[in-house]
Amino acid sequence: MTSLPAQTPDRQLGLVIDLDICVGCHACAVNCKEWNSGGHSAPMTDWNAYGGETDSEGQDEGAWGVWFNRINAYEAGDGTASQTVYFPRSCLHCADAKCVTVCPTGASYKRSSDGIVLVDADLCIGCKLCSWACPYGAREYDATDKVMKKCTLCVDRIYNDNVPEAERIPACVSTCPVGARHYGDLGDPNSEISLLVAARGGYDLMPEMGYRPTNKYLPPRPRQVAEVVDLNPSPAANDGTTAGAGNNLLAWVDAMLSR
Amino acid sequence: MTSSETDRPIDTSPTVADEVKDTTCYMCACRCGIKVHLKDGQIRYIQGNPEHPVNKGVLCAKGSAGIMQHYSPARLTKPLKRVGERGSGEFAEIEWDEAMTLATDWLGAIRETDPRKLAFFTGRDQSQSLTSWWASQFGTPNHAAHGGFCSVNMAAAGLYSIGGSFWEFGEPDWDHTEYFLMFGVAEDHDSNPIKAGLGKLKTRGAKFVSVNPIRTGYSAIADEWVPVRPGSDGLFVLALVHELLKANKIDLDFLVRYTNAGWLVIQDAGAADHGLFARDADGNPLSYDRTTDTLVSALGADITPRLIGAATLADGRQAVPVFELLAGRYLDDRFAPDSVARETGLDAALIKRIAAELAEAAFEREVVIDQPWTDWAGRHHEKMIGRPVAMHAMRGISAHSNGFQTCRAIHLLQMLLGSIDSPGGFRYKPPFPRPCPPPVKPAGKPDQIVAGQPMAGPPLGFVTGPEDLLLDENGQPMRIDKAYSWEAPVAAHGLMQMVLHNAWAGDPYPIDTLFMFMANMSWNSAMNVPDTLRYLTDKDANGDYKIPRIIYSDAYYSEMVTYADLILPDTTYLERWDCISLLDRPICDADGAADAIRQPVVDPDRDVRPFQEVLIDLGARLGLPGLTNDDGSPKYPGGYADYLVNHERTPGIGPLAGWRGTDGEKAGRGAPNPEQLERYIENGCFWRHEFAPEERYFKHANKAYLETAVDMGFIGAAKQIVLQLYVEPLQNFKLAADGHGDIQPPDRERARISRYFDPLPDWYAPFEGAAIEAGDFPMHAVTQRPAAMYHSWGSMNAWLRQLHGRNFLYMNRAVAGQKGIVDGDWVTVTSHHGEITVPVKLMEGVNGDTVWTWNAIGKRAGTWNLDPKSPEVTKGFLLNHLISDLLPVRDGGYRHANADPITGQAAWYDLRVRVERAAADAPERLTEPRFETVARPANMSQPPAVNRYGAQFNKSTEGDD
Amino acid sequence: MHPAFSVIIFTTSSGAGYGLMALLGFLGMFGLLPTSQTFGAVALGLAFVLITGGLLTSTLHLGHPERAWRAFSQWRSSWLSREGVLAVATYVPMVIFAIGWVILGEPAQFWSWFGLAAAVLAVATVAATAMIYASLVTIPNWATKWTLPVYLALAVMTGALWLAVVLCAFGYSSNLVGNVAIIAVIVAGLLKRLYWQSIDTAVVVSTAESATGLGHLGAVRVLEQPTTSATYVMREMGYRIARKHSDRLRRITLGVGFLVPLILLAAASAVENPLISGLLIFLAALAGSLGVITERWLFFAEAKHVSMLYH
Ligand SMILES: Nc1nc2c(c(=O)[nH]1)N[C@H]1C(S)=C(S)[C@@H](COP(=O)(O)OP(=O)(O)OC[C@H]3O[C@@H](n4cnc5c(=O)[nH]c(N)nc54)[C@H](O)[C@@H]3O)O[C@H]1N2
Ligand SMILES: Nc1nc2c(c(=O)[nH]1)N[C@H]1C(S)=C(S)[C@@H](COP(=O)(O)OP(=O)(O)OC[C@H]3O[C@@H](n4cnc5c(=O)[nH]c(N)nc54)[C@H](O)[C@@H]3O)O[C@H]1N2
Ligand code: SF4
Ligand code: SF4
Ligand code: SF4
Ligand code: SF4
Ligand code: SF4
Ligand SMILES: [Mo]
Repeated sequence: MTSLPAQTPDRQLGLVIDLDICVGCHACAVNCKEWNSGGHSAPMTDWNAYGGETDSEGQDEGAWGVWFNRINAYEAGDGTASQTVYFPRSCLHCADAKCVTVCPTGASYKRSSDGIVLVDADLCIGCKLCSWACPYGAREYDATDKVMKKCTLCVDRIYNDNVPEAERIPACVSTCPVGARHYGDLGDPNSEISLLVAARGGYDLMPEMGYRPTNKYLPPRPRQVAEVVDLNPSPAANDGTTAGAGNNLLAWVDAMLSR
Repeated sequence: MTSSETDRPIDTSPTVADEVKDTTCYMCACRCGIKVHLKDGQIRYIQGNPEHPVNKGVLCAKGSAGIMQHYSPARLTKPLKRVGERGSGEFAEIEWDEAMTLATDWLGAIRETDPRKLAFFTGRDQSQSLTSWWASQFGTPNHAAHGGFCSVNMAAAGLYSIGGSFWEFGEPDWDHTEYFLMFGVAEDHDSNPIKAGLGKLKTRGAKFVSVNPIRTGYSAIADEWVPVRPGSDGLFVLALVHELLKANKIDLDFLVRYTNAGWLVIQDAGAADHGLFARDADGNPLSYDRTTDTLVSALGADITPRLIGAATLADGRQAVPVFELLAGRYLDDRFAPDSVARETGLDAALIKRIAAELAEAAFEREVVIDQPWTDWAGRHHEKMIGRPVAMHAMRGISAHSNGFQTCRAIHLLQMLLGSIDSPGGFRYKPPFPRPCPPPVKPAGKPDQIVAGQPMAGPPLGFVTGPEDLLLDENGQPMRIDKAYSWEAPVAAHGLMQMVLHNAWAGDPYPIDTLFMFMANMSWNSAMNVPDTLRYLTDKDANGDYKIPRIIYSDAYYSEMVTYADLILPDTTYLERWDCISLLDRPICDADGAADAIRQPVVDPDRDVRPFQEVLIDLGARLGLPGLTNDDGSPKYPGGYADYLVNHERTPGIGPLAGWRGTDGEKAGRGAPNPEQLERYIENGCFWRHEFAPEERYFKHANKAYLETAVDMGFIGAAKQIVLQLYVEPLQNFKLAADGHGDIQPPDRERARISRYFDPLPDWYAPFEGAAIEAGDFPMHAVTQRPAAMYHSWGSMNAWLRQLHGRNFLYMNRAVAGQKGIVDGDWVTVTSHHGEITVPVKLMEGVNGDTVWTWNAIGKRAGTWNLDPKSPEVTKGFLLNHLISDLLPVRDGGYRHANADPITGQAAWYDLRVRVERAAADAPERLTEPRFETVARPANMSQPPAVNRYGAQFNKSTEGDD
Repeated sequence: MHPAFSVIIFTTSSGAGYGLMALLGFLGMFGLLPTSQTFGAVALGLAFVLITGGLLTSTLHLGHPERAWRAFSQWRSSWLSREGVLAVATYVPMVIFAIGWVILGEPAQFWSWFGLAAAVLAVATVAATAMIYASLVTIPNWATKWTLPVYLALAVMTGALWLAVVLCAFGYSSNLVGNVAIIAVIVAGLLKRLYWQSIDTAVVVSTAESATGLGHLGAVRVLEQPTTSATYVMREMGYRIARKHSDRLRRITLGVGFLVPLILLAAASAVENPLISGLLIFLAALAGSLGVITERWLFFAEAKHVSMLYH
């Protein structure tokens, strides 16, 4: 079980995140929390829910809790040449998911039908080894339930007969206000989402780890700063060097325009 | 396919809900449609309504956290009467009967003697058409909502210039624009539509430029970030205007057809009508027609107005076209890119390039929509041709003392480019455009205030000259906030931020009861928090509070609650009827008119009542004419739902525009329909009327649209709305200041009015910076709204507070380096008014002269039912402690409000500070200043330490070992 | 990585226990140990206590220790599971060996084969423990070729030290064991130094730039963390010890864990008085074990998890 599916899963469902338009609004993160609070891995426990304290090192310990999707903000580069990039991260449902193979109990597993990586909470002993094995920080330990939890790719939504068909997509995808999140079968090179990845140069995070993540990231597109178009002063208009506005106005004296 | 043979069996089809109810989100003012999934009577999931015109299925972070808002332990549970001192948090619970009797007694006595002694101010509510009407019915002019401290500059500048405005009252043509210029926006009210629009626009490959001292959120995805110095946008925009004029890259056709460019302005310095439009006997403005070489009504069709060149009026005086004045003004070297570079902090080359790009997009990439239409004069046009340059602006512009004129400058730029309601440009959302300004005058003149009687009109409106001001016999303000007085003549939204100060000072007069709803005025919406707390608690010689009574309705235990004498606990947004009405802030989009309701989706489990119900009940108890029948019985015994359906503002026009008429067939105008709410509920709690394709652009001059607008009751007559490059009403005030007319400002105000009431947008340095020694306070300090928090509302929300549990002061890394400040240091931030000590974070994407923080994260210890050790309290802070409500003493000792001189808009972002590394900093340090901890009301329960909401829905975790 | 106290105690204690077991099995096989039943009882008993104590402590680290048995199921892929299986499997020959030696008094011949089997399994268990860490490519400091030898050497070293203590306690003086201990201390110390050298000079493969894929835009800095308070991952993986502390702790580890035992062992072989030499050997074992505890603590504290590149 804890071994990866012997054959490449029939499908590789996953997400594609467009860093070019993500505004870092946290909508996907909160909506994920909301859906999953009553979902497959419920609850998404929060600690210090309405309080806080200061730890021994003087760092604040405010509220914290289980989230399957988290947004960082980065600045890349220096000075005005730098760029701010928002960066959502959730489980990447890796093809070579070592979080699964290290699991001693078989609680972690990768589905052979669609590649989704899940945790069976009834089997999990809370050894946390899977979280050590995940390069992407995608696993979340519920210290009250004492089991590991993680993004389920909304497995209780995407196949849910009780949800209208058009809405059978992950909660985070359905809620993203800018449309920066895409969902589909990344195992099929001809799927819409795979074509998008190809067209936009979608990439893997830390390919050197060898986990072959399913989720892909679309890089920020080069910023459009136009080839400098020069405003050609119209022949009649003045260059503004002549004192007084009067001369400048000549351009429009003959304008014959009808209301 | 759910799983293959080898996969483990899991339940991939759990039932999500027993019941799904539609309503409207109220985690912010954007008003998205939601579907609330209920399971076992509890909220399982809140989903964006895919059919809804505002959000089309998406929800933001706040909206997604509605469950935690609804079940927050900070909810008030019963009416409260203060028993300790104000601010102590000591309350006794009382029954609603007692609460209503108290309120009725207090207000009844006021109404029978001097209705002005009631000041009724509301904050972030969405029922202003009810509340302002209620204030009129009561007979007090002392009413406004939060607009005065929010963005009245944007509303007023827009309504006086183009008959519409930014906020959520207009939108860029997301589908067609090629070049989008956004000024000073972090989130804005149109939260989800802007995000959706930006996503769409960027994906199409259009260029997005953000003018903002800070590069976060929307600005982070801009193609170009223009890191302007706060308060200097006006110069930047007028430099663009300068460049475009110089190169003759302006849309003269548009100007002649749709604006007052060709109207003649009287040139007779010193005369009482200098600078006013030359008019004919019927009051029509005049133009000089080149075809006939005569003076003609400027409103006529097919005339050929001269744009340059003086004309001689019938009385022999000279008049010149608006365009000449305008071009003369902005071609001046003062507005050349090189001249503004220093003040704006922007390279002249950058300004020139943006001007060139604007021109290129507007004139080389015309959008042509194959859609015939007919203009106001009945002329047929084959196509809709537009300039694909769109602009949007919000509080980065408005929250400055020069915001009105800066916003006008942006509208002027749009008009010059021909991009107002043309394809690819800025688009009006109905009920806009309306005549500029809309023909509604504020009531509250001395003869309009009569004990026991309603006022003749609404408390807020649009003045056009000194004669419209609300002044008493001595020229003193009639209103407690001094709106529509010489201190803020065009205060179209009132000045809520001055109410506490003025009521405390008894200036212009003392009041008896302050009645507030949904505004956290003792904390994050106060300028100058420490003094505001004093205004609330100060006593007179007799030991009575200087503000004698405070009634307040909140749903949560906010800072403001602790200062009220009588608290009327509201429900949450999921427990009540509400109405998002075309009469105040509707949810229309450029292609359609829409409004919406909220319906109760869960029953309150506490002894709380919806505020609107309470207000209607109170009105009936007070015998307000609009709320009682002739026999004195309540007119709306069914409460707010009853009012929504049956109230008519004018015959056929009520709070809701959809399914009117007895059979529900009418839109906009029609008799009340007893089934109206059912129709709304069936339709997802909203109504939308889509305009025909020929009505969708040039609404200010589109015959079909104007006629529809009249039918729907948006405007009075289907006349062209002429856009105002030159705003004559401002000149009326200026003339008074220059000594003309019966109603003139006091001497103290003359110079101000004369200087700032410029009918053509001008730029002047923000007041605070001009009044202080700039060297002492070299930095600008501003706030931004975090996308995941709504003002003070988020901290009692277990999920949202994790995202912003504390705030930092952000500073430019290179600038900090010069001061020896490193990441994590603590700094002292000093303004002319106060000092705070806070932790710093460094970043690249901020203008070097600017520091900033997230708005409204800091909390007062003891409030919101948070542990006083929470980081919001210990490490969070407000910039408000540094922001003065008054300007530094100047000009003979008088302290003007820290506000725009025209509209009275609070100038939050004029703040100037110096930042110094605080000695001895350590992580365990607390932010300063600190305020005493307030008590938790007696019966408010201790909040849980661990939140496991949702466990009850997961059957598989039950019986877990 | 946040040093997990129970894991440190577990690996130190059971490492010593398995080392001891391995030595008892191997040396016993070749008849190099006293055959006394009481000696056997105490030596095997100590191994048993160290192993079992360690294993029990390790379950403190688990969220659901009552389900620990489930961890035996995934030996095909999981080193943690293999460790569990091997740890338990070791008990079987160990107990049989103990029966042969302690009850029947016959540590040699037939029964010694079980001792040998237990020794092999003990070594395998320690190797499996090491492989849990060595196989985590997410923690470059652990995924080195030195991790396995260091674990093995340290197990043998602490096993030998404690074996020497027991031998002394029974009045045996075994040059062989003393020499084994000395060699183990030297080898382990050298291996540890090589380990440190390798992690200090390792080429950094993953960076914030590769983690985010944004390197083409310039150096990547965090502007905002996902939540204001630390996340689970930051709490678990985020522990970072300052360079100067780790340098000091390394010196302490080398001193206490290797240098001191070496000197004490040398001194012990030099003194005649069995009481004093016994005491010196006991102190050497204690110092060695303390050294391993700091070594383990550092092993965690110095290890940087690649997921922290996002923070
Ligand atoms: N999530 C969320 N949404 C909200 C709210 C909320 O609290 N949270 N509040 C709602 C309310 S009441 C309002 S009024 C709107 C306001 O919405 P916004 O207009 O987005 O208001 P602010 O967050 O104040 O953003 C002002 C922006 O202007 C920039 N700025 C400051 N000074 C200047 C300047 O001089 N020039 C320029 N160009 N930029 C400047 C700031 O950096 C900031 O990015 O948002 C509404 N929407
Ligand atoms: N420094 C700084 N200060 C600012 C600003 C800034 O940009 N910088 N922005 C200013 C602006 S634009 C605005 S609009 C103001 C906003 O400031 P406020 O108008 O004070 O808004 P909130 O903080 O949201 O407070 C509204 C109150 O409504 C209560 N409430 C929430 N839901 C309900 C409900 O359902 N019923 C009732 N009855 N009450 C409810 C909340 O508990 C809260 O006490 O802040 C202003 N203050
Ligand atoms: S909802 Fe979309 S835009 Fe917002 S943080 Fe998530 S991915 Fe980014
Ligand atoms: S992202 Fe982490 S948790 Fe998800 S499959 Fe990959 S390794 Fe496993
Ligand atoms: S924590 Fe649970 S899921 Fe993770 S490795 Fe351990 S047993 Fe497997
Ligand atoms: S797919 Fe579902 S579980 Fe995963 S991040 Fe998105 S919402 Fe959360
Ligand atoms: S923007 Fe967010 S909070 Fe505001 S109404 Fe929409 S979903 Fe609700
Ligand atoms: Mo606002």
